[in-house]
Amino acid sequence: MPGTAALGGWQADATQRERIAVLEITDLSHSYGRGGGTHLAVDGISLKAEKGEIVSIVGASGCGKSTVLRCIAGLQRPTRGTIRVNGAVVDAAVPDGLAVVFQDYSRSLYPWLSVRDNVALPLVRTQASRAQRGRTAEDALQTVGLGDTGHRYPWQLSGGMQQRVAIARAIACEPVLLLMDEPFGSVDAQTREDLEDLVLSLRRDREMTILLVTHDIDESVYTGDRVIVMTGTPGRVSADLAVQLPQPRDQIATKELPAFVNLRAEVGRLVRGQRAAATT
Amino acid sequence: MSRAAAATTRWLWRWVVLAAGALAWQGWAEWRHSAFFPPPSAIVAEMYHLWFSGSARHLALTSSAIGNILPSLARVGIALGISIVVGLTAGIAIGRSPVISGYLEPLLHFGRSLPPVALVTVFIVLFKLGDQMEIAFITFGILWPILVNTIDGARTVDPVQVETARVFRLTARQRLIKLIVPAALPKFFAGLRISVSLALVLMVVAELTGSTDGIGYLMNNASSSYQLTALWAGIVLLGILGYVLNAAVLGVEHFVLAWHRGARRLAS
Repeated sequence: MPGTAALGGWQADATQRERIAVLEITDLSHSYGRGGGTHLAVDGISLKAEKGEIVSIVGASGCGKSTVLRCIAGLQRPTRGTIRVNGAVVDAAVPDGLAVVFQDYSRSLYPWLSVRDNVALPLVRTQASRAQRGRTAEDALQTVGLGDTGHRYPWQLSGGMQQRVAIARAIACEPVLLLMDEPFGSVDAQTREDLEDLVLSLRRDREMTILLVTHDIDESVYTGDRVIVMTGTPGRVSADLAVQLPQPRDQIATKELPAFVNLRAEVGRLVRGQRAAATT
Repeated sequence: MSRAAAATTRWLWRWVVLAAGALAWQGWAEWRHSAFFPPPSAIVAEMYHLWFSGSARHLALTSSAIGNILPSLARVGIALGISIVVGLTAGIAIGRSPVISGYLEPLLHFGRSLPPVALVTVFIVLFKLGDQMEIAFITFGILWPILVNTIDGARTVDPVQVETARVFRLTARQRLIKLIVPAALPKFFAGLRISVSLALVLMVVAELTGSTDGIGYLMNNASSSYQLTALWAGIVLLGILGYVLNAAVLGVEHFVLAWHRGARRLAS
């Protein structure tokens, strides 16, 4: 049969993908509240992220994208469905090998600790020596371009620098999966672009798997290898689009490519709940 | 005018106002020759004579100062120490555990609404007259502001900070030492400031009721034997002690909560 070889090839490819899926969500639903007053926030979400992939989840506010992220992080328990991080099922506890960058950096960094101590704080579990933790923290700060700020306090830094500290804290743990919840929602446009490029460089240099939740359509397309569009109440996945843009990406050159402009428009329509363009 | 110069001017004015007040009092007292309001010069002389004219070996303290001021300070110090330890540990436990607070909170609000002064007799019955009763009495009165404020501080730790601790899987010890205690400290210090001023009041009340030494005892003696200058010396001494204690707490707070001031100044 002519189709057999192709089918066999596809299956082999699929098992291989299965093996390296860092994140696998199957039929996730979450409702808030109990009894009569429940509110279904997300319904039947399934998605996967493979090693080294940046998956962006985009949607209007209230579509449940942050709920999905909070379920993955173990901060909320899904009402239905399973989440696997690196093969292990996430239940009540926060899974191993996971780090989160919150939107609200000023509240997520501890103001009574220096920048270095903030970054070093989660390392206690993995590194016994205090000096070693300090070195790891300094390395991570170096990576995000904050080489000489370790002795300062978070509130002495600008918003963009504080978010860099939060990113340094996350990567110092060497997570298999990095979750970012609207990470650049509270910084100015220029800083935002710099931080997007920082995320891309993290993936390039460290092969980190990143799930980025955002409401910014440009950001989702620019940083993502795949864009997952969520819409509605309860939130559902309405599209899972591969981003075929050349790497490395560039804030000016990539964004003027026809492929970027088209995809951006398509995601925009999907986010607004319109039908995708007829070309697809 | 530079900021430093402005601060110096403010500081100078503070002392000018104080000196002017003392001078006005002095003039008025010398003019009226009132037995009840001796001039400040007489009060200061009395304080020197009573307490600070001792031998150099005792840092110029007289035996009356050693026998009365030091015991009073010791009582306040011990009561403050107990209140800080109990207030911080119990406050954090109650603030962080809904179970514990569910059991203890009604009792707590009952306890803190009792005026300590009304309970002197109960404490005398419980502890007999003496140091134990006085320390227990002061502690009972000053524990509440520290405890209630610490509970509030521990309970209202920012949820994002708590989720950060969960996500980064901080150990229980780290959560306590690196998150909950520092987050509760600003409220704790607010309570401590109230307790410190309250401590001196309760110290005097405790010593007025059947103590055999202490500043309150001296004042009680002085007033019952119509030594009004000595009574005034006690009043001024209490004022100075209150000022110094408050300044000491503010100094510690200034140092410990440097991050809090910095973060708040930038946020505003």
